[in-house]
Amino acid sequence: MSQLSGYRPGETPVGVKRRKITPYLFLMPVLVFFIAFYYYPFLRTIFTSFAVTDASGQFKKLVGLKNFQMIFNRKDFGTILLNTLRFVPMIALPSLLLGLLLALLANRKAIHASRLIETMFSLPMAIASASAALVWALIYNPVIGVANFLLGTNINWLADDHYAMVSVAVVTVWLEIGSNFIFLLTALRGVPEELVESARIDGANGWKEFFHITLPMISPTLFFVIFMDVMSSFQAFGQIRILTQGGPGIATRVLVYDIYLEAFMNYRFGSACAESLILFAMMLAITMFQFRFENRGVHYA
Amino acid sequence: MRNRMPALKGAVCIVLGFIMIFPVLYALSISLMPESFIASYPPKFLPLRPTLDNYEKVFQTAPIVRFVFNSAFVAVCIMGAQVLTSALAAYAFVYFDFVGKRFIFIAILATMMIPGEAIIISNYLTVASVHLLDRYAGLILPYCASALGIFLMRQQFLTVPKEFKEAATMDGCSDTRFFWLVLMPVSLPAASALAIYCFINTWNQYMWPLLITNSTNMRTVQIGISMLSFADGMSYGLIMAGFILILIPSVVIFILGQQRMVGGLMAGSVKG
Repeated sequence: MSQLSGYRPGETPVGVKRRKITPYLFLMPVLVFFIAFYYYPFLRTIFTSFAVTDASGQFKKLVGLKNFQMIFNRKDFGTILLNTLRFVPMIALPSLLLGLLLALLANRKAIHASRLIETMFSLPMAIASASAALVWALIYNPVIGVANFLLGTNINWLADDHYAMVSVAVVTVWLEIGSNFIFLLTALRGVPEELVESARIDGANGWKEFFHITLPMISPTLFFVIFMDVMSSFQAFGQIRILTQGGPGIATRVLVYDIYLEAFMNYRFGSACAESLILFAMMLAITMFQFRFENRGVHYA
Repeated sequence: MRNRMPALKGAVCIVLGFIMIFPVLYALSISLMPESFIASYPPKFLPLRPTLDNYEKVFQTAPIVRFVFNSAFVAVCIMGAQVLTSALAAYAFVYFDFVGKRFIFIAILATMMIPGEAIIISNYLTVASVHLLDRYAGLILPYCASALGIFLMRQQFLTVPKEFKEAATMDGCSDTRFFWLVLMPVSLPAASALAIYCFINTWNQYMWPLLITNSTNMRTVQIGISMLSFADGMSYGLIMAGFILILIPSVVIFILGQQRMVGGLMAGSVKG
């Protein structure tokens, strides 16, 4: 690095000074965009959460913690929080397990057409939550949809209190499996063959080998995949808006959907911003919890 | 136990694969059926007499070509901008020493922790106040830089031997020339991984374009097609035809770039 910060052969002090600002010039575009569309809006969200605005979002006056008070006094807010928190494990767990199962199945060299299988397993990665919801809306249609037909049931999936949340979760799990599968498959392929071989020579059976060799080796990827799943289930929006609009009643209304309604249907930007800070705090808390767990449970080679 | 029944395992995989992509095949099949056939009970899986009527109708009902152009234009702009801004920033982080380097790097990574919802309302208000609602600029500008992109490019640049830069500097190659003529060409795989990821993400965007576009002509594919389902009396066949049409570009790019994208994302996110 001394080469880079010192004088170049035959260079004048002016040249060095010019080079001192060079890195800042390279950083400039990113910093401009980040200030305009990340840092400033984040501060503005914090500020607005303590304020009342008019219907077009213009600041009217500061109201202290009133927005937060109002939110926690809302009768439906408990249900919304509960929905949000229930939704996360409903998505993260099945999509992790199914993704891992598919990755273990596909990670066999003896299988022909493995490229085709990989593509089929990971395809949902390329599909938007909004368009996926359009297809699933038809699948769930109580009369002409195939869900009832195949299961031999007679359920109004999206309009029934008991099933709406599960139905939305199934769509979300389907969307998540693809990326879980592909990341875990890549991790499995990175497990050194010799390690598995030597374990087998030592007499490890399939399960032992899996829990003592494979699982620890892929734990960084498992951690990453869980992290991504949790984040995206907190932020699910397209599928909820298209499938249920948060209904029936508020059975599938999660925090993100409520923020959307508060800001863009009720034009209460102050309380919408306060809610998004609550969401931010929840995500931050869970992330910190996950990283503490990572220190103990994840093995980095 | 491992290789006893490869054929059976292969067959299991194929069956599971078809279950995974069933919703897509189902949509394709429905899009080829006439409406009366779709609406009859019991539900049909395959069209008796495949027809392209729904595709014809969807082009007449909605300006699909315009939606596709909007999304493609926005996605290409964001893709180009993100790759460029990310690479430039990563270049500064990897090859230069400067005051505040660590602080700026952490400040950039910290944006990954801010969920979209915590800034989307403020961004909407910002974009509205500078009169960019319903404009391409409003769709593009907020996504021109990303922490993930910077991180991925940084991880890539770290793998390029430092001697390249030293040798180039000795030969009198300027910082900018080194970036364009040496660094970017050897980093093409990582840059294209980022580009593919960016394109698919933007193509599939829903909330932001939903909020800031208003006129039919500015709608992106996801908004345009999902609006079909909110309109009264819209047929499922038509909606599925729209779904298949807008799925083709992202699936083609995904299949072509899958291997590369995954490799690139893995390098950045796990080994980092």
